[in-house]
Amino acid sequence: MTATLTLSRGPAVRVPGLSVRTIATTLAGLIILVLIAWVIAPSLFTSHDPYAGVPAERFAEPSAAHLFGTDQLGRDVFARVVHGTRPAVLSALLAVTIGLVAGSAIGLLAGFFGGIVDGILGRVLDIVLAIPSFLLAVIVVVSLGFQTVNAAIAVGVSSIAVFGRLIRSEVLRVKNLTFVESAYLIGGSRLSVLFAHVLPNTYRSVVALAVLQFGLAIISIAGLAFLGYGNPPPSPDWGLLVAEGKDYLYRYPWVVYLPGLVMVATVLSLNQLSTTIGKDK
Amino acid sequence: MTVSIDTAPRTRHGSRPSSRSDTVLSVRDLRVAYGGDLRSPTVHGVSFDVAAGETVAVVGESGSGKSTLVNAILRLLDSSTAVGGEAFFAGRDILRLSERAFRALRGRQIGFVPQDPTASLNPVRRIDHQVYESFRESDQPEHADRQRYPALARELLASVGIVDPERALRSYPHQLSGGQLQRVLIGLAIAGRPQLIVADEPTSALDVTIQKTILDLLDSLKAEFGVSILLITHDLSLAAERSDQVVVLNDGELQEHGPSRETLTAPRSAYARALIRDIPRLNLDRFAPAISRRAEPEAGRYALEVENVQKSFGAGEHRTEALKGVSLRIPPGRTHALVGESGSGKTTIARLVLRLLEPDEGRIIVDGQDVSHLDRKDLRSARRHLQLVYQNPFNSLDPTYTVGRIVAEPLVRYREGSREERRRRVVEVLELVGLDESFADRRARRLSGGQRQRVAIARALSLNPDVLVLDEPTSALDVTVQAQILDVLVDLQVRLGLSYLFISHDLSVVRQFADTVTVLQHGVVKEDGPTAQVFADPADDYTRALVASIPDVARTATDLPVGAVR
Repeated sequence: MTATLTLSRGPAVRVPGLSVRTIATTLAGLIILVLIAWVIAPSLFTSHDPYAGVPAERFAEPSAAHLFGTDQLGRDVFARVVHGTRPAVLSALLAVTIGLVAGSAIGLLAGFFGGIVDGILGRVLDIVLAIPSFLLAVIVVVSLGFQTVNAAIAVGVSSIAVFGRLIRSEVLRVKNLTFVESAYLIGGSRLSVLFAHVLPNTYRSVVALAVLQFGLAIISIAGLAFLGYGNPPPSPDWGLLVAEGKDYLYRYPWVVYLPGLVMVATVLSLNQLSTTIGKDK
Repeated sequence: MTVSIDTAPRTRHGSRPSSRSDTVLSVRDLRVAYGGDLRSPTVHGVSFDVAAGETVAVVGESGSGKSTLVNAILRLLDSSTAVGGEAFFAGRDILRLSERAFRALRGRQIGFVPQDPTASLNPVRRIDHQVYESFRESDQPEHADRQRYPALARELLASVGIVDPERALRSYPHQLSGGQLQRVLIGLAIAGRPQLIVADEPTSALDVTIQKTILDLLDSLKAEFGVSILLITHDLSLAAERSDQVVVLNDGELQEHGPSRETLTAPRSAYARALIRDIPRLNLDRFAPAISRRAEPEAGRYALEVENVQKSFGAGEHRTEALKGVSLRIPPGRTHALVGESGSGKTTIARLVLRLLEPDEGRIIVDGQDVSHLDRKDLRSARRHLQLVYQNPFNSLDPTYTVGRIVAEPLVRYREGSREERRRRVVEVLELVGLDESFADRRARRLSGGQRQRVAIARALSLNPDVLVLDEPTSALDVTVQAQILDVLVDLQVRLGLSYLFISHDLSVVRQFADTVTVLQHGVVKEDGPTAQVFADPADDYTRALVASIPDVARTATDLPVGAVR
C-alpha cells in the first residue's frame, strides 16, 4: 500500500462549468460537423455552380451574393470550396486508411513477436522513413497518373512508418504488463493473447494519431495539388484553388486566403479532437 | 562526534508527559477541503499535541487523510485547497503565516523524511552536492563556512550510520541502497537541527530488517537531540511500539487519540477495535479455528515438490545465481510460505514453479508430474493444475474486460463447457470468493483493490486447480482488506482442499496463515519447517534477525489485547 505525498492540483481559473478545453472541443466538433455536411450534400449549402463562371462578375469582393467572392473566371469561390471538400476529405481518408492498416499491422507484428520479425519489419519502416515523402508522392503520381487519388496513396504510404512506430511502442509497453503474462498462464496461445489482450489495449492511441494524420493528409494532398500533382483544373480541389489564385494574391486576396482559412480551420479542429481523444485514455 | 545506535530493548511508553509547557506542535481542529469548501471537508476535526522529545504516530489506511493532514501542516497543499483550524508551532500559528515566513521553518525547524527514498533525491546529482545544497539553505551557524562542507557532510553521514561516508558522498542516488538513501534523507532532515521531524511512512518502501535499523536511528536521534517526531504510518502495531501517542484516522476523521499502549489494549472506538482485530501480528491465531476444520492430507502425496532447484541469470561477469539449490514440499490442502527479502529468490521460485522459467538443475513436480522441462503443449495441460495470483491487483487484470469475461477466460481458452455452463461456473466461482453475481458485468477497472484481488483469485479457480501460487497477494492492500482476502483464502482451502505456495515478506501474515515456511536469503534456504516452530525458536541467525524485526508490542503470540476477536 502506498501513501505518496499528494499535492492537489486546483485549476488556475475557476469558471463554473465551462473550461477553455470544453469550448475548444465543442467548436472543433461543430466545424467538423459542418465539413461532413459539405461532403455529404454540397448543393444544400450553395446554389452556385463551382464549374461555370460568369465572366462579368470576375473578382467580385465577398458579399451577401458571393460569400467568398469570385475568382478570375467569375466562379463563386465559396461554392468551389464547398464542392472541393468531398475530394479533399475522401482522399485524406484513403491516405489515413492505408497508413493505419498497413502501419498497424507492421507495428503490431514487430512489437509483439520481437526478435527477427521486429528486425526485418523495423528495417521496412526505416526504408519508408528514409524516402522523403514528397519525392515518393511525385514518383507515385507521375507513374500512376495525375489524379488526387494517387496523391492520396502516396501520402498514405509515407505515413505507414508513423503509425507503425507508434503502435510498436504501445505494444511493447502493454506486452510487459502482468495481465498479458497471466493470459498465457490461463491457457492462451500467442495469437489469442495478441488479439484478445494486446490489440484492445493499444488501439486507443492509434485512433488519436489517425485523427491527427487526417489533418496532415489534407494539407499534404492540398500541397501536392498546389504543385500540380493532383486532379487537373477545373476540379475544385482546395490545393488547386490556392494554386490558381496565387497569381492574383495582391490585388484580390480573398481568392487565396478564404479557402486557406477553411483548410486551417479544418486541420486545427482535427488536432483539437485528436487531443481530446488522446486525453481520455 | 559519534553516535551509537541504541540496541537495548525499548522501555514502554506508557503515560503522557506531565509538563505541557514544552509542546512543540499543537494542532487544533484542523480541517482540509480539496474542493475549496470547508463546509464539506475531506479531513476534519483533528486535534493533537506533540510535546518536546515525544513521538506521535498518525495511523490510518489509504484514503484516511493522514498524508493530507501532514501536507496541510507542512503547507504543501495547493492554493485551491482550503485549510481551516490552527496549528501552533513555537508559539505561532503556522497555518496563518505567509509562505515566506513559513519557509524559514520548513526544512529547518521542521524537518521532513519522505516515504520513498529512491524517488526523493535528485537522480542526476551526486549525494555530496545535494547535502551541500541543504547546508546552504540551513541557517545553522556551523553551516556558514563553505570550506567546511565536505568535512561536515562526512560527519553527518557517519552520524546516521553510513559506513564509508566518503564513498557514499561521491555516489549518485542509484548507486546506494534504499536503506542508505533513507539514512541520507534523515541526515538532511536532522542537519538543520529541527525541533520537529515529520516522517511520512519512512520505512514502508524498505525491507523488514532495514526498517528496524531506520526506526532505531530515528529513536537514537530523538534521544540525542531531543527532537520530536511526527510519524505517519499505516501500521498500528509499529506505531504503538515506536511512539508515545497514537492518533488514528479513518475517512478524514479522528477515531482515536491517546497513549499508544492504551490504544492497543483498551481501544475506545469501534474502528480502532476493528483495525486491531485485522492486524496480523496482534491476532496470530485468527485463522486457527477455520484451519482446524481442514481434512487430513494423504500421507506421502505432495501437491507440489521442488527438488534442489538451481537457476542463474546472465553470463560471464554479469551472472547472478538466483537460486542455489532450493527444495520444498507441499502436502495437499496445506499452505507453505516462502519468506525472504528482496533479492532472496522467492519470485524466481514462483516463476519456476509456474514454468515461466526453466530450472537449470533440479526438478519441479506438480501432483506427481515432472514439469521441469516440458514443451509448450504439455505445459499448457499441466497448467490447469497450477495457477497464479499476482501481487498487484491493478495490473493483473485486463482493464478493458468485464469481470465475467476475465473469470471465464481460462474456460474459454481450454474450451471447457458450453457458454451456458461457463456462465454458471463463473457465478459459482464468484460466489466462492464472496462476490455477488452482479459483479460479472462490471468492468474490472471500476473495482477496488480488494475486489480485484478476489476476481484474480476467482479466475485462478475456474479450472479447479490443485495448487495456487500466491505472490504477495495482499501486500498492495490495506490491512482490513488483507484480512478479508486471507479469510477468503482460508475458506477456500477448507472447502476445496487447495494447496498454497504463499510468498510474502510479511512475517506476521505468514505466521497466521501458513503451516510450513521456508526462509530464503540470496537464493539459499536458511531455515524451513513448521511455522510456529521456526518463529518461536529460530535456529538460523538470519531467521532470528527477521523475527526480531517484527515490532513487538505483545511479547508473546498468545498475549492478545482486550477487544480482539478470536
